[in-house]
Amino acid sequence: MKTFTVEAEIMPKRGVNDPQGESVLSGLKLLGFDGASKVRVGKLIRFLVSAESIDAARAEATEMCEKLLANPVIEEYELNIAEA
Amino acid sequence: MHVGVISFPGSNGDHDALANLESDLGVTVRRVDYRETTLAGLDAVVLPGGFSYGDALRCGAIARFAPVMTELQKAAANGMPILGICNGFQVLCEAHLLPGALLRNKTLKFHCYRTHIKFENVDTPWTNDLQKDEVLLLPIAHGEGSYFIDAENLARLEGNGQVVARYCDADGVVTEAENGSVNAIASVCNEAGNVVGLMPHPERATSELTGGADGLKMLKSLLNVQSVRS
Repeated sequence: MKTFTVEAEIMPKRGVNDPQGESVLSGLKLLGFDGASKVRVGKLIRFLVSAESIDAARAEATEMCEKLLANPVIEEYELNIAEA
Repeated sequence: MHVGVISFPGSNGDHDALANLESDLGVTVRRVDYRETTLAGLDAVVLPGGFSYGDALRCGAIARFAPVMTELQKAAANGMPILGICNGFQVLCEAHLLPGALLRNKTLKFHCYRTHIKFENVDTPWTNDLQKDEVLLLPIAHGEGSYFIDAENLARLEGNGQVVARYCDADGVVTEAENGSVNAIASVCNEAGNVVGLMPHPERATSELTGGADGLKMLKSLLNVQSVRS
């Protein structure tokens, strides 16, 4: 068994309202960052997984995202996996 | 009529529901602990408002896996009337017993006031005592009540008559929902109609003494339902 670090990056899907992102953008504008646009706020979940291989770790992390970490109705996710 | 109210860790509307269903609706109530593994003896189940599991990850995301939910899935499939109020609605969406999801209010504020709600589907066990398009004044208290579903599934929801109620003004005119809900949706049901979720709190509007009894008009519907209990 090896240990892998997993980062699940979870973002609101396109077309899903993100009022938090809009609020952050208005804060950036107030600070004078006029070039900022399209702010979206998501979350990053970092954890360790024990698995035989990186593919097995990815399969397990994918199942975690589908079942709990992300809600596919409103969110999409990306996984970054590396051997710890 | 025996009604169970599920208490999850972090539920806070369970006591309101238990007390008011008993005293104002006149049914027999039972508090169902989230660790229980049977719903035997119950005719209907209410999932109350609150902040189950501290709203960790997403509202309702963890409660969905509580031990009692396995039985609730079976009961839903068997046609038992199930009502999710506020956080209970969020739990039912996370459990895929209802379509869609509830997002942070568009305003980013916690909305806590009374608002008018128009009931369009009066064929469910929770709304059958209402007239079609009847407008009730109900309290809301939520930070994540913005109903979302993608366009394709929204069309299906509307086509099936699964939109139970919408936010409206005092005259029943549907307006843009302050929380940002698509099509001003305040309440939906499953395809069979026995599972209903809503953001407003009918259980907190069961007596004139506490500021209005419109919620009782809705909840009385349950008394028209034949017991399906074995």
